[in-house]
Amino acid sequence: MRVPILKQHSYLIASIQSALTDDDLLQLRDDLVAQIGRFRSRGAIVDVTALDVMDSFAVRTLRGVAHMIRLRGAQTVIVGIQPEVAFSMVQLGLTLEEVATALDLEEGLAYLDDQPKSNGRHGE
Amino acid sequence: MANDMQVGISTSADIVTARQRGRELASELGFSGSDLTVLATAISEVARNIIEHAKEGEVILEPTHNGSKQGILIIASDRGPGIPDVDRALQDGYSSGKGLGLGLPGAKRLMDEFKVVSEVGKGTTVTMKKWVR
Amino acid sequence: MAKQEEATFIQSAAESPTALLRELVAHLRQNRTQLREEWARRITEAGLLTAMSREEVFAEATTVYDNYVAVLETGSVEALEAYARDLSERIIPRGVETHEVLGIVLLLRDVLARSLFKKYQSDIALLNRVLDAYEPAANRIANTVGVSFVQERERVIRQQQEAIRELSTPVLQVRARLLILPIIGVIDPQRARQLTEQLLRGIRSNRAKVVVIDITGVPAVDATIANHLVQAVDASRLMGATVIVTGLSSSIAQTLVTIGVDLAKMKTVGDLQGGIEEAERLLGYKVSRVGEAPAQEETG
Repeated sequence: MRVPILKQHSYLIASIQSALTDDDLLQLRDDLVAQIGRFRSRGAIVDVTALDVMDSFAVRTLRGVAHMIRLRGAQTVIVGIQPEVAFSMVQLGLTLEEVATALDLEEGLAYLDDQPKSNGRHGE
Repeated sequence: MANDMQVGISTSADIVTARQRGRELASELGFSGSDLTVLATAISEVARNIIEHAKEGEVILEPTHNGSKQGILIIASDRGPGIPDVDRALQDGYSSGKGLGLGLPGAKRLMDEFKVVSEVGKGTTVTMKKWVR
Repeated sequence: MAKQEEATFIQSAAESPTALLRELVAHLRQNRTQLREEWARRITEAGLLTAMSREEVFAEATTVYDNYVAVLETGSVEALEAYARDLSERIIPRGVETHEVLGIVLLLRDVLARSLFKKYQSDIALLNRVLDAYEPAANRIANTVGVSFVQERERVIRQQQEAIRELSTPVLQVRARLLILPIIGVIDPQRARQLTEQLLRGIRSNRAKVVVIDITGVPAVDATIANHLVQAVDASRLMGATVIVTGLSSSIAQTLVTIGVDLAKMKTVGDLQGGIEEAERLLGYKVSRVGEAPAQEETG
């Protein structure tokens, strides 16, 4: 299932709707990284509220997304990691270091708004 | 038992199927909350290990018990190239595939019992158990 | 002589255990009022069920009596079992003990046996056969009631343990988006796991952004528990919340350094008050005394 990516002002929002296969995740990565350049977005939010499992592949892929987007001059926030998912991630040893996280979409947007805008992109 | 389940693993969609079945069975067996997520994650890791190293195999899910303790037994097996050094493969940070080096050692940390039997050229079988708390 | 033997034979055919039990049931029904009163009197005499009023004892005694007779009649203990569990649920909170419950059932067994003895005492052989039919049924009843009571008690105890464990570490919201988790007492892996789960659920339901975990009341921390603490910090961050740990004793600090916990990940502040102040700063609160507020603005 392809993850829909919405453009809101200078941000992209990828809202995962259901369990994703590895291929879906790689597709999401490619789509997001391509669109961040096309729309000259300042930031991307990946909403994982609907994910009931974040295994090493999912975490590795999302970390890759964040790094690639940073290389393209924008920021990434992962939002909506559920309590049970967070708990099993840390037991597995996956802490998503160096990647910003926030409680939900609203918090993710607030986080991006707080970031300095001096990265050469257009504001709106 | 009617609760037994076998899931063939050959595509990444099968990984999702295996962990969803595992979660359903675990829920019927009385696992709850974060344990369900932990189990689903462990199943995901061993199923992916099959695809990355052997291309195909299967995951068997069944109830188990030890005295009055109820639990779930998960067996992931393949006829792939096998792992030359199992102990090393279970160390954190070791990875022969595209993994983060967390696949098998990670799954091991999530489970109560974990055993890998592997023979080079013949295949690998991961057997793991978790008990209801 | 031969004729008498034949009569005995016919009599014993009619006296199969089922037939005897049927006769027994009729006897117990006929003398219900008197036997029930006798039983209630013996309960009071023996000083059992003192937590209950005389009327309550009599009412329960009546129900138990009728259930008792029903078991003798049908051989099925299911209804009695359900009633015994229900009764236990009602009387356990009032402090009724296991020996009292067993005591009253054994008393009823005694009252009924005495009445059978009285009725059949002229024919010892028949009395023996009646008691042979009665005993197994009576034992089964005593067993059912006793086991139901104990099971119910165990369930209540388990429930209370769970409740105590939950209560032992409340997740408190002190301000919007700020949670405090004061941990008191020894932490074992199970409690550590439960604490983390409670904390993570608390973060979601309170939309917390900062959490202060105070471990002033924790006597010691070993490597396993330290790792659980680090996991709680990491998992909270995955949910977008910052954790501040306060009240690390010097010995715990030593342990953490010795086992090589990555302290860079953990924000620590000396005491709970300092932790809350730091949390408020992170959340953008400015705390000042009412009288001092304007002065601060002038200097700032």
